[in-house]
Amino acid sequence: MIEASNLTKRYPGGFEAVKDASFSIGAGQMVLITGHSGAGKTTLVKLISTIERPTSGSLVVNGQNLAALGRSAIPHVRRHFGLVFQDQKLLFDRNALENVLLPLQIAGLPRREAIRRAQAALDKVGLLPREKANPIALSGGEQQRLAIARAVVNRPTILIADEPTGNLDSESGLAILDIFADFHRVGVTVVVATHDESWIERYHPNVMRLDHGRVVA
Amino acid sequence: MKGWLIHHRAALAAAFRRLWATPLNTLLSLIVIGIALTLPAFGYVALDNLRDLGRNASSVQQISLFMSLDASKKDVGEIESRLRQAANSKWRFVPKEDALKRMQTNEGMAEIVASLPRNPLPDAFIVEPANTEPEALEILRKEIAGWPKVAHVQLDSAWVKRFDAFLRLGKLALWMLAGLFGAGLVAVTFNTIRLQVMAQSAEIEVARMIGATDGFIRRPFYYFGALQGALGGLLAAALVLLALRLLAGPVGELAALYGGNFSLRPPGIVETAGLTALGALLGWLGAQLSVSLSLRKLD
Repeated sequence: MIEASNLTKRYPGGFEAVKDASFSIGAGQMVLITGHSGAGKTTLVKLISTIERPTSGSLVVNGQNLAALGRSAIPHVRRHFGLVFQDQKLLFDRNALENVLLPLQIAGLPRREAIRRAQAALDKVGLLPREKANPIALSGGEQQRLAIARAVVNRPTILIADEPTGNLDSESGLAILDIFADFHRVGVTVVVATHDESWIERYHPNVMRLDHGRVVA
Repeated sequence: MKGWLIHHRAALAAAFRRLWATPLNTLLSLIVIGIALTLPAFGYVALDNLRDLGRNASSVQQISLFMSLDASKKDVGEIESRLRQAANSKWRFVPKEDALKRMQTNEGMAEIVASLPRNPLPDAFIVEPANTEPEALEILRKEIAGWPKVAHVQLDSAWVKRFDAFLRLGKLALWMLAGLFGAGLVAVTFNTIRLQVMAQSAEIEVARMIGATDGFIRRPFYYFGALQGALGGLLAAALVLLALRLLAGPVGELAALYGGNFSLRPPGIVETAGLTALGALLGWLGAQLSVSLSLRKLD
């Protein structure tokens, strides 16, 4: 499903955030990308989700080499991913339901069907009773669950998260972990970048350890 | 196809929502766009009316054809037949006897005419060509002058040429004015949309990350620009109509003083639709420029 070979990302100025990384993530796996701060976790997540382009090497996701993708093809590839960010990137000028509707509007779903699916996604993360609430009125954990609902509403094949529990207390963080585990159980490939290694004991995922941009384990 | 329609319907709805969301800003923008379009539109309507006025002034369109004094009835018949074939024109024959009688009715001319040994006036034709373009009139005048037994052909071409030159100058000035105000409309839309893109930069960033195409992001702004321009065009048409209504009375009185019967012709449905479409086109152009530049900055 995700195959990287000699993947390198060099930023202007010469800093190499990911160096010669080669790895393989199979369909339906749950993979934890871990490492110290600055190890290259976020860059690797951005490369997989096509937010960044590789400087060299190849990165094949669902049979498509992302390094060779044209600009116009990228939005269509991104629709296969569900992305969850540490800062959630929610829109505060619309309510929870409308935030979750956005990916479905982009996909061109009829409004009634989109609302039905958005409500189902909110229900899955326990936020349906708060569908009319503005994200600003939600707690940090609820905001992260809302971000997950938005990420999964389009039924992605790969769920990618970058430090999803970074801003949460341990209880809220565990609730988020459980939600990811639920999606993994139903066959979704889950890739999570985090420095929180308590995940390993709880869910026994495959672990990819990064150190100074290199895959070390 | 269904998805495409859903996207366009959603973009149009979003554009309407944005117009309603800030009513005062929308109103001010519409007034600026409306006035920018009103001035050239009013100029266009005024020139159109002047052109009508020129066409209606019969002296401008007439060609007087004077036969030789020795022209026979057969010669007159020949000219009549040629006029019938020559052009899509109205014409009437003025026999020399009628011309003399009319001359006698003029004050102080009766005695002079009575003292003449014979009628000095020729048979004549008054021709009113359908095509009143100065060039067409000149060509027709030259053609008629070459016909047999035609002694003189008179066309008040200098007046026609002057009037036509005035109209052409007016048209040129109008195009320049329209260009300037059109650029103004584009600039107003450009700025409005630039501010909108800046205000929605977070939404644009998120939408891109979760798979929005450039078209999805741009479309609501294009619709907004076109919609704002179209509404501005409608406002301009309404302002032109209002101005013509206010001017109709005084213009009618002025025409009556010159013995004429002239009324201003308001813009019709085609002109109003054209103005609305022009506003929409310029609004769309402003949106296109603004979105392209603003999104490049967000990249």
